[in-house]
Amino acid sequence: MRRAWRPAPGAAPVKGALPVLLPFRAPRSGGVTRHEKLFNGWTAGGMILLMAGILISPVIAQNQIGPEALLSIPVVLAKWTPVLLGGFGFNVLISILAMGIGTVLGVGLGILQVSPLGAIRRTAWIITQFFRNSPWLVLLFYCILLIPFQLNILGLEIPFPAWIKAVIGLSLPVMAYMSEYMRGAIQSIPTGHWESAAALGLSRGQTLREVILPQTVKRIAPSWMNLYAILTMATPLVSIVGVSDVMTLTRSALAAEGRVDLLIPMYLYILGWFFIYCYPISRLTLRLERKFALKL
Amino acid sequence: MPWTPDQPIVSIQSVRKSFGALEVLKGISLDVMQGEVICIIGPSGSGKSTLIRCINGLNDIQGGSITVAGQAVHDAKLDKLALCKKVGMVFQQYNLFPHRTALQNIMLAPLKVLRQDKAEVEARARMLLRKVRLEGKEDSYPGELSGGQQQRVAIARSLAMNPAVMLFDEVTAALDPETVKAVLLTIKELAGEGMTCILVTHEMGFAREVADHIYFTDQGVIVEHGPPASFFDNAEDPRTNEFLSQIL
Repeated sequence: MRRAWRPAPGAAPVKGALPVLLPFRAPRSGGVTRHEKLFNGWTAGGMILLMAGILISPVIAQNQIGPEALLSIPVVLAKWTPVLLGGFGFNVLISILAMGIGTVLGVGLGILQVSPLGAIRRTAWIITQFFRNSPWLVLLFYCILLIPFQLNILGLEIPFPAWIKAVIGLSLPVMAYMSEYMRGAIQSIPTGHWESAAALGLSRGQTLREVILPQTVKRIAPSWMNLYAILTMATPLVSIVGVSDVMTLTRSALAAEGRVDLLIPMYLYILGWFFIYCYPISRLTLRLERKFALKL
Repeated sequence: MPWTPDQPIVSIQSVRKSFGALEVLKGISLDVMQGEVICIIGPSGSGKSTLIRCINGLNDIQGGSITVAGQAVHDAKLDKLALCKKVGMVFQQYNLFPHRTALQNIMLAPLKVLRQDKAEVEARARMLLRKVRLEGKEDSYPGELSGGQQQRVAIARSLAMNPAVMLFDEVTAALDPETVKAVLLTIKELAGEGMTCILVTHEMGFAREVADHIYFTDQGVIVEHGPPASFFDNAEDPRTNEFLSQIL
């Protein structure tokens, strides 16, 4: 393992020199960093097993359960897996829909945040700040309580089940975050691009569509994926407002089994699913960030 | 009043421009005839760039008037599009769009602004790339080109709109010395073809060679102007002489 603060070869070590003053060698681009060496797939798997052991051991110690009970835990988990997977799929569906709605609204709101018209810009800013600084759970409650069960439009009855309201509730903070990412990305593009587009006769809308927005995609992609992972991990909140997601089903399963020693293994099992779903996203985000960092 | 070729194609009359309390242009007048090449030189902060940015409406003005081919630039009823078609501009930082290839950069405005036929625009774009000696770079992205090559693509991109006047804002200032030559050669050829060019430049040798007229600006006014030979050899104003002695 390489120590980053070691003097470069040939440089005379100075007594008492601060590490920051010493020649710095940047890690090879595209190469393996020390961080990655430490956290490759195998060590990560080992650490998860270790954590699982730490989390399960108090169950065994407190309940003093015998080996048969311990061995029955995987069987019970396997039995409930189809039901719980269905619930987990619902969480994924909610996350995808909320992300989709939030992204579309957020991109629009972000563009309005850089509008040349002050009134529009300020309104978009206020909306963004309001939803970005509200607790997600509170927004969820608001949507559940404020949106009617069904909407009558021209005699057409459109039902609004709780889970749709939950999707809307979760899409609001996504919208606000996307709006901020968008504003930042647009403003990070050199003003020269706006000027040369104007000099070529492109209108503001054309400049946005043809020149500015395509360039923001790369800049936003890593943050966008990160946001999606966070959103997915926040979806169990919907169980609090009465949507039958994986958490609700887990609680039901536990109630049906009536075994205290199942509590931690069951929740750990669900936790594992979220981890398996979200971890690749965060890895991909990291890789994208590194790839784009070189080209921007 | 329609413009005729015996009148100046660009006419600038006592133009004043301020950024807040700072007055950058303090009454500048100059006329450019069709086919003329003029160079504006002067110390940094003297308002050179601001002046040419006023010509295509990138900066607004607070006083005086600018007309391009008979069209008042700072008329409230100005047809910006008509102006942009007449005036091409090349920037110090090239400002190519990095997500588009050289060819796509050149084709964008004729397609979206002039709404011309795609096949015809593409043929013209290829011809323009040949003209700036970048044949074979059609599908290169700006990031894959050197500064000088990018700047030549930027020139081709402006030419694709068939402008009557080209503005060059310190186009070689950000380039490596070895790539400056090719860019200057391109501009020289353009001038030779009769394109009206207004250049802000620090390349004195080049200015002397290609310009029909040199303007020296300092602190927002034109201090001295004249044909290159008399300007460089017999400058009268002490400020001009001081500037030239520092730079030559």
